[in-house]
Amino acid sequence: MGTVSIPLSQIIEVVVLAVRDDVEPSQINSIVLDIRLPRVILALLVGAVLAVLGAVMQGLFRNPLADPSLIGVSGGASVGASLMIVFAGGIMVTPLAGLSLISLGAFIGGVISTLVVYRVATSSLGTSVTTMLLAGIAIGAIAGAINSLLSYFSDNQILRQISLWQMGNLGGANWLKVSIMAGVSVILLVLLPGQAKSLNGLLLGESEARYLGIDVQTIKRKLIFLTALGVGVSVALAGLIGFVGLIIPHMIRLLIGPDHRGLLPASALAGASLLMVADSVARVVVLPAELPTGILTALLGAPFFVVLLIRQRGEF
Amino acid sequence: MSIVAKNISLHLAGFDLLRHIDLSVEAGQVTVLVGPNGAGKSSLLKVLTGEINPSQGSVYLNQLELSQWDIQQKANVLAVLPQHSELNFPFTASEVVELGCIPHMSGYAKDQKITADALQMVDASYLQRRLYTQMSGGEKQRVQLARVLAQVWSPSCFGDQFLVLDEPTAAFDLAHQQMTLDIVRQFSARGIGVLMVLHDLNLAARCADNLVVVNGGVLEAWGSPEKVLTEQLISKVFEVQATITRHPVTDTPLVIT
Repeated sequence: MGTVSIPLSQIIEVVVLAVRDDVEPSQINSIVLDIRLPRVILALLVGAVLAVLGAVMQGLFRNPLADPSLIGVSGGASVGASLMIVFAGGIMVTPLAGLSLISLGAFIGGVISTLVVYRVATSSLGTSVTTMLLAGIAIGAIAGAINSLLSYFSDNQILRQISLWQMGNLGGANWLKVSIMAGVSVILLVLLPGQAKSLNGLLLGESEARYLGIDVQTIKRKLIFLTALGVGVSVALAGLIGFVGLIIPHMIRLLIGPDHRGLLPASALAGASLLMVADSVARVVVLPAELPTGILTALLGAPFFVVLLIRQRGEF
Repeated sequence: MSIVAKNISLHLAGFDLLRHIDLSVEAGQVTVLVGPNGAGKSSLLKVLTGEINPSQGSVYLNQLELSQWDIQQKANVLAVLPQHSELNFPFTASEVVELGCIPHMSGYAKDQKITADALQMVDASYLQRRLYTQMSGGEKQRVQLARVLAQVWSPSCFGDQFLVLDEPTAAFDLAHQQMTLDIVRQFSARGIGVLMVLHDLNLAARCADNLVVVNGGVLEAWGSPEKVLTEQLISKVFEVQATITRHPVTDTPLVIT
């Protein structure tokens, strides 16, 4: 499916040939191998990382409404990336270096904004969830303002680059992006499941977790670093893709409960599936053009969020 | 062995919350803290369990200073039930109690057995598969109590164990208050040291080996309930006129106001 229709049998044939390193250069081969396959894999990886980090954030902050984009990580990452597009875009000679710099900018931006939000929300009495969300909104507002400022002073081409990037798009997938994302995914998916028990303990509250022998401060720092890494890189490579990190852990919790030993891997799988489906829909829904993926996840995610709010209302 | 506080003081935000307190909580005994609101009972518990460092003085758990303990080993000998719980994720009761098994991790089958036994002990077996978020206040508190019981259910190789409960009976009906006293008695008979805060002086009189009265950040009195509970003390500390008599069944002091 897509702008160019390729039958399934032919796709399988091309992929099988590619695995055997036996492909002849042709238009179809290049559409499958250089455009669609990396895009599908990138969607799977980004979806998995965002969903699993959403689950981690919700556990860490003991708030089922926490999400990387709500607490400002994504905003900071987007400012970092925009700064790089605007100020370092001209210096770049090779596309390879340009890609890494945007990733670096997004990563640094994500780390800084995470730290700011966390610091603001943490006092000697612990981390206040309300303060955290408000600080996240403030950071998001600052990030939005800086982005607007940058856009205002940009020429048309950079402006389009920034705004397309902010809509969240997997369209620019290539094997380099896939490798970076795969590296980050491997780090996260290896390190995070080991924290599942501690996250379960943390749901009781921080002092309760300490009484259970969990080194809360170390784990907080570790998880915040990993979240900044994962979200920063995801945002750099795929732009702002909202709500995967919010809705997937919620759906999984409804199905199998809040135990992180099951929640983390299941969220990764479901997040990968959702983003792949959303991206496929985005690609074919307005043929021959395509929609940015971020628009579609928000369109799917926002109504779900509203339903959650309405259902939670009864519990307060 | 014991938890020993040596000359501890606590100053926070310009307030003297605790002043020069010496206290010893012995294994195999029940120590009960009583005192008016804001007397410093919870602060004292937090200092004795290492949640807050004292401004002066030190606390020793089984003769090793609290800050010297490895956090995981400490969790094997010291289980603490706070006054309030923040848990708002839909764990089942069994899953909550299993969290208490994190420090010792005795293996899946044994942890399951401990979880089931602890739930039964607090009269919450029927809650096993129910979601924590949908329980009543008293049910939640019983499940949390089961969780800390599970934490020190079996003896530990790291020394004598202690159970610290901050107002465990606050949300309980009469039957479950009684049940809590029985549990506390059973655990102290196993050699576990129990330290708890209670508001009901008659409950305290019925289960305490050592009754400690905290008032204005200092220890006002301590010792056996018979010795400590006098009309004079109650009038001084709680500013209430009371009559002390004997409980007709248990023969412990009975405070009538």
